[in-house]
Amino acid sequence: MNIAAHLPVLLVAIPLISAPLAVLLRHGGLAFAVVTAAAWAAFASAIGLWMQVAESGPIAYAIGNWPPPWGIEYRVDRLSSLVLLLVSGMAAVVLPWCRATLARELETDRHYLYYAMFGLCLTGLLGITITGDAFNIFVFLEISSLSTYVLIALGRDRRALVAAYQYLIMGSIGATFIVIGIGLLYLMTGTLNLADMAQRLAAVDSSRPVLAALAFLTVGISLKLALFPLHQWLPNAYTYAPSAVTAFLAATATKVSVYVLIRFYYTVFGGHLVFDRLPLPEVMLGLSLIAMFGASFIAIFQNNLKRLFAYSSIGQIGYITLGLSFDSIHGLTASIVHLVNHGVTKGAVFLLIGGMLAVSPAGRPSGRKRPEEAAPTFDKLAGLARRMPVTCFGIVLGGLSLIGVPGTAGFVSKWYLILAAMEKGQWWLVAAILLSSLLAVAYVWRFVEVAYFRAPPPGESGRSEASPMVLAPALLLVAATIWFGIDTSLTVGTALDAATQLTGGSR
Amino acid sequence: MRHDLVLRVVAKLLIPFILVFALYVQFHGDFGPGGGFQAGVILAAGIVFYALIYGVDTARKLVPDWLVETLLASGVLIYAGVGFAGLLLGGNFLDYFVLDHDPIHGQHRGIFWVEVGVAVTVSGVMLKIFYMFASRGRLDEEQDKGGGDA
Repeated sequence: MNIAAHLPVLLVAIPLISAPLAVLLRHGGLAFAVVTAAAWAAFASAIGLWMQVAESGPIAYAIGNWPPPWGIEYRVDRLSSLVLLLVSGMAAVVLPWCRATLARELETDRHYLYYAMFGLCLTGLLGITITGDAFNIFVFLEISSLSTYVLIALGRDRRALVAAYQYLIMGSIGATFIVIGIGLLYLMTGTLNLADMAQRLAAVDSSRPVLAALAFLTVGISLKLALFPLHQWLPNAYTYAPSAVTAFLAATATKVSVYVLIRFYYTVFGGHLVFDRLPLPEVMLGLSLIAMFGASFIAIFQNNLKRLFAYSSIGQIGYITLGLSFDSIHGLTASIVHLVNHGVTKGAVFLLIGGMLAVSPAGRPSGRKRPEEAAPTFDKLAGLARRMPVTCFGIVLGGLSLIGVPGTAGFVSKWYLILAAMEKGQWWLVAAILLSSLLAVAYVWRFVEVAYFRAPPPGESGRSEASPMVLAPALLLVAATIWFGIDTSLTVGTALDAATQLTGGSR
Repeated sequence: MRHDLVLRVVAKLLIPFILVFALYVQFHGDFGPGGGFQAGVILAAGIVFYALIYGVDTARKLVPDWLVETLLASGVLIYAGVGFAGLLLGGNFLDYFVLDHDPIHGQHRGIFWVEVGVAVTVSGVMLKIFYMFASRGRLDEEQDKGGGDA
């Protein structure tokens, strides 16, 4: 058995078997060890795949030795190899962090189920990214979504249940739309293999069912990625979920949905149908602008730090879809780069907030009784920088990346966005991107002001930094945020290649 | 319904046939309608029927919670195990062709074990859902008595 040849399937199968193993072990610590080992194995496989693809082009893997288009094909190209790196890397970082903080958020006898759900969620997200089969995308989407609902509902605040239910309803509507879209495409082409579908669609690409499929897929996927008017589930889900879950979802779930959107637009329908013959770029441009300004504006007035950054996520997703709407290589590059950069940044910020909650004196190990105690509201953050200088500095660095200050990852993605806008001659968009960054300055400044310039409440002046086990993974991500702002060979290099591949180099 | 003689006797007569029918649906799935999912549901339905007549606590003694949880996890492992068996025998993941010298027999063998995995997981999940719903009200009562700190 040649491991290198089987990496595409091992990447998904190893996290998949880690979940039932975690249930069978029935022990929090052992389950943690198994799922974390699986996540690291997946990360190692993703690195291996990324290198293979960089060296010798896309990889195809026939599940069950049934050749595509009959069997399910796993397909890794430049774009999916980058998203796989992001998802498995975030899981590999967030899982060790879970171990250190979970005891405060969940009863010990349910820890093994939490890790099993985490393993399933990781399996689903990796599966969506790697598969080259339309129906398989839906199956993995359901695996990741169902486990996500459970993970969100595990938050110790009672409102987590409502948030999970809200996401369950919205997510199910999204998944239904996606499967209707896939069904229509199957009806018109008689195949589920994405590459085969793309070839056969060329003959029927402006027929009504195909346009309906495009509409259903766009709306369904937009629900999952929280594009502006369909974002209602996101703030509550991010605010009330356990900290580690918030960090992992913010960094991966919406990003994988963006990946699916790019995959359907460019690989299946082709940029010609989507962007030249339909008014989709204009619609997407409008919605992205509303997200960039509206959500960032709402973020400024949030009183809960987690909620503030949740709204900021919706705004940042606006930048990603804005890049898509340009329909140019640089625009698509900006989208893909921002997908990674924002994932890493938000992962870092939410891990730091989680670490802050884990040591805050108000935190209590168990019980859903006093949710308000657990919320990181601004009145409790006063003078926090004196108690937790490292955590606060990390959040500020993450905030700088959200603003797009040079030297951080956020700058790189905004640079490419502005480049794409200038290419199109849309100078007003350049101004809009810069103006919306000012809104990010405003909400990050709120944190800075409260944490650094307000006096701490009396009796709470001693230093109480989070433990090194909690800080290390978060700081690793903060370091990555800075790293991707300086050395862009991994992110921009891969994204530029991927964008060229996807557009066929023609745009 | 614990004191209803007719129901108790009929249930005792029917349950063995329900379980055997589940096995029939399971193994006939290769050649006709049926398969692991349906068999798993029928198997679980037999136990649910038992629980309805004799009470959930009696059913819990027959099929305890740890067994249900083991079932729902091990089914997935059996399924994935078939996949890894294909890998170890030199084929791709879930490759049934290499499971026997004759590829057609290999296909039979592969689908047989996959369906076993499906049946085990489905029956486990069905029972888990039933147990959780059936014991919901009672758990809440216990919590209220115990001060409700959960």
